[in-house]
Amino acid sequence: MMEIAKGTGLRIDRAPNTGIRAKAAYVCKLLWRDKTGLAGLIIVLIVITAAVFAPFLSPYDPLQQDLRSAKTPPAWTEEGDMDHPLGTDNLGRDILSRIIYGTRVSLTVGFFGVLIACSIGMVIGLISGYVGGLTDNIVMGLVNMILALPYLVFVVFIAAILGRSLLIVILIFGFTDIPIFVRITRGEVLRIRESGYIEAARSIGAGNGRIIFRHILPNLIGPLITIATFEMSAMIFYEAGLGFLGLSVPPSVPSWGNMLSTGRQYLTIYPWIATYPGLAIVFTGLGMNLLGDWFRDVLDPRLRRIKR
Amino acid sequence: MQRYILSRLVQSAGILIGVLLIVFFMLQMTGDPVSLMVSRNASPEQVEALREELGYNRPVMVQFFDFFTDALTGDFGMSLRHRQPSLKLILDRLPATVELAATALMFALVIGVPLGLLGGSNPNSFWDIMARGAGLIGQTIPNFWLALILIVILSVHLGWFPTFGRNTWSLFGLTLPTRSVVLPAFALGLFTTGQIVRFVRSAVLEIKNEDYVRTAYSKGLSDRNIYMRHILRNASIPLISIIGVQFGYLMSGSIYIETIFSWPGLGNLLAEAIGNRDFALVQAIAFFTSLVVVALNLLTDVAYGLADPRIRYGD
Amino acid sequence: MPILEVKNLVTRFYTIEGVVHALNGVSFDLEEGEILGIVGESGSGKSVAMMSLLNLLPMPPARIERGKALFYENGGQDSVDLLTLTKAERRRVRGGKIGYIFQDALSALNPVMTVGRQIGESLMEHLGLSGEDAKHRAVELLEHVGIPGAEKRYYNYPHQFSGGMRQRVMIAIAIACDPKIVIADEPTTALDVTVQAQIVELIKRLQEELRLAVIWITHDLGVVAGIADRVLVMYAGYPVEISLVDDLYNNPVHPYTKGLLGALPGIGGKRAGRLESIEGAPPDLLAKPKHCQFVWRCPYAFDRCRNEMPELVEIAPKHYTKCFL
Repeated sequence: MMEIAKGTGLRIDRAPNTGIRAKAAYVCKLLWRDKTGLAGLIIVLIVITAAVFAPFLSPYDPLQQDLRSAKTPPAWTEEGDMDHPLGTDNLGRDILSRIIYGTRVSLTVGFFGVLIACSIGMVIGLISGYVGGLTDNIVMGLVNMILALPYLVFVVFIAAILGRSLLIVILIFGFTDIPIFVRITRGEVLRIRESGYIEAARSIGAGNGRIIFRHILPNLIGPLITIATFEMSAMIFYEAGLGFLGLSVPPSVPSWGNMLSTGRQYLTIYPWIATYPGLAIVFTGLGMNLLGDWFRDVLDPRLRRIKR
Repeated sequence: MQRYILSRLVQSAGILIGVLLIVFFMLQMTGDPVSLMVSRNASPEQVEALREELGYNRPVMVQFFDFFTDALTGDFGMSLRHRQPSLKLILDRLPATVELAATALMFALVIGVPLGLLGGSNPNSFWDIMARGAGLIGQTIPNFWLALILIVILSVHLGWFPTFGRNTWSLFGLTLPTRSVVLPAFALGLFTTGQIVRFVRSAVLEIKNEDYVRTAYSKGLSDRNIYMRHILRNASIPLISIIGVQFGYLMSGSIYIETIFSWPGLGNLLAEAIGNRDFALVQAIAFFTSLVVVALNLLTDVAYGLADPRIRYGD
Repeated sequence: MPILEVKNLVTRFYTIEGVVHALNGVSFDLEEGEILGIVGESGSGKSVAMMSLLNLLPMPPARIERGKALFYENGGQDSVDLLTLTKAERRRVRGGKIGYIFQDALSALNPVMTVGRQIGESLMEHLGLSGEDAKHRAVELLEHVGIPGAEKRYYNYPHQFSGGMRQRVMIAIAIACDPKIVIADEPTTALDVTVQAQIVELIKRLQEELRLAVIWITHDLGVVAGIADRVLVMYAGYPVEISLVDDLYNNPVHPYTKGLLGALPGIGGKRAGRLESIEGAPPDLLAKPKHCQFVWRCPYAFDRCRNEMPELVEIAPKHYTKCFL
């Protein structure tokens, strides 16, 4: 049952979508209707493909230096050529190849960072929301405290202390991002608890385990996937930012942040070195945000309303 | 209202105690600060003497207690590099950061509020597409990259703005910004602009469907009155929170922009301190920015309470 | 002398789930100074019909497809179709000629504006009063609808009022500019029973004093019996029976009306016996109605009912019904 046109008292009955296939078909229909969501999905798939097949897609070894062809401008300029479509950097490394390999760092950080934050955050949020009382107060007090801190300053602080490695960067983002997932999970748990059907389930004798796994978790998936998408894009940003400050993965590793950091030094003379990795970040962020917006519309039935 | 303010005060104090704990132990994690301060060929006795002098040889809890009481009295410790009180260094840099953050916020509001209002009031129109686009751009373009691009195009090629640095001019003893603030503020404010557009647009879309707006229509008010008195006014109350949060973000998140533009503010100081491994100063900056953010949040909550009669006349 | 004549009003909602046939030809008229009760279960289109008249539905998804709503002025000499007004004309009608009392005053009043200003806004808009005059008039109105300490209450916000008092404010807004018609959209549903009676009294009193025509929407036949002159019963987006109130109660014709009356707890003990209920659920509004929509629940349904839509016919003086029986 869904209500439309608030306050008019007018309701329509929607036939329940039974079966996974019907649901999947419905989701595909929605995806097709929402072209921006589709665009987001395609972009994300392109980026993932680039990361997975980087060795086959990149024309050069991203680490290979070639000082003779250093600082070659991109192909579309007069001095450029098709040997290096996006030009080369100060050490003659092919920018296109480095961007393609850079997807690996970005996606690894984004994926594992979110994985850590989401799994830990979900468990804490579930406990906090389900148990309630003092536990909930303490957890939420901590969460609100951490969320009130200037995030960037602390991330930079921690990164500066712990040093440069992929693992450390992942751990930093994974752990600092936990509170977001705690808050979302807890909010959903409280909403579900209030909706009354948990009580109904309990009244017919369902145990805690059953209630959590059968009633709460399925409802969490939608909001969590949505937030995870946005957070992944945010982490990719922050990773690039750390790299830009020279605080992310070691300088030899091809990452977008490191490339920007190099590009900045040659900004006024060889601007392309900084331009293209930035475009890669924008492209990826765009895809993830479009996809996230679409997830939010589709997976959150409360928001799915009127045809416009 | 008093109870509301009191509870927010207690909350803020709690957060600050937590922050002190965090930054204190983070500095402990950095290892021995003294070994970073002395020259490589100092004798063990010299190191020990300095350690003694700075009190780093005492038990951790005693050190924390001292640190805690010092922070309460406004003593944020010494910068290891500059051999000066950290607070003084911070306060020297504060005006530049405030100028930058305030200008960025102004850009964001001037662009964001009208665009969000136009977009939300005419869904799927040209303005709505612009508004949604601006929201998306704010979230997808990293400010550090935008800053670089702006410098290349507007400063290097067109020469409209200086590529770096902060210039000010004085009028009746007031220090006023010059166009040197435009590029860094715009780049810094882009994310906030996007957030404000998104917020205003969705608030307008939501409030448009509120029962009291329908009542306003049923009274025969003009669209302009309905948008100004009912929709925008009601949306502006939660907007206060967004502004507070965003101003905190702008104050503490300017590290990239200040580095890129060599803007002599807090972010730049932080980047320098990290470069010098001057973790005592980093610690002081982390605590200070937290203090600013918490204070802003508190102010925001109070302003929100004053603006919303349900809280003002609550309890 | 009719003041309002609605003819064959059709409104639909275009949603992602399909087209909702909310109104499927609503016709009725409203006499000057009478109280017309509109009853029906939720989803029958009572509110949609009224909001369609003033164009208050969110569009999209709503669309008024057909119909006329003639509003007569100057003793029936001039008439305008409410559905084809220009924006400016419509604004003059809203609040000025037709006042609207909404169901839930808490959400229908702006939470961050003083009630005084919410009344005054209307006065300034329609009567062109200055801020000062609007204030005086608003205080008078607050007194008139029975709010004690009106002078002070003028500065209060909706959340500082009790439910009944808020509904009084709502009423003050509706009558502020001397409208000809007041639409009361379930004005007592959200209230306690004792308060309900006071609000009913108040509206009745104002109706007599100001010679208002009132359209009273409710799903409570008991309330209607007490105050209405005539009653219109809605089902699935169209009227199934229209009649003088006594006639309807003594001699209901449509099976749905009969069912409704059967489901009513005895009025003044007249009706003993057990409380009956209407079997089944309201019809699916996603399908375009091609025949009587009550067939699924009707104990008397026969073949013709499943194939044709009956016309609204007059079976007794001023008693119309839409049924083949």
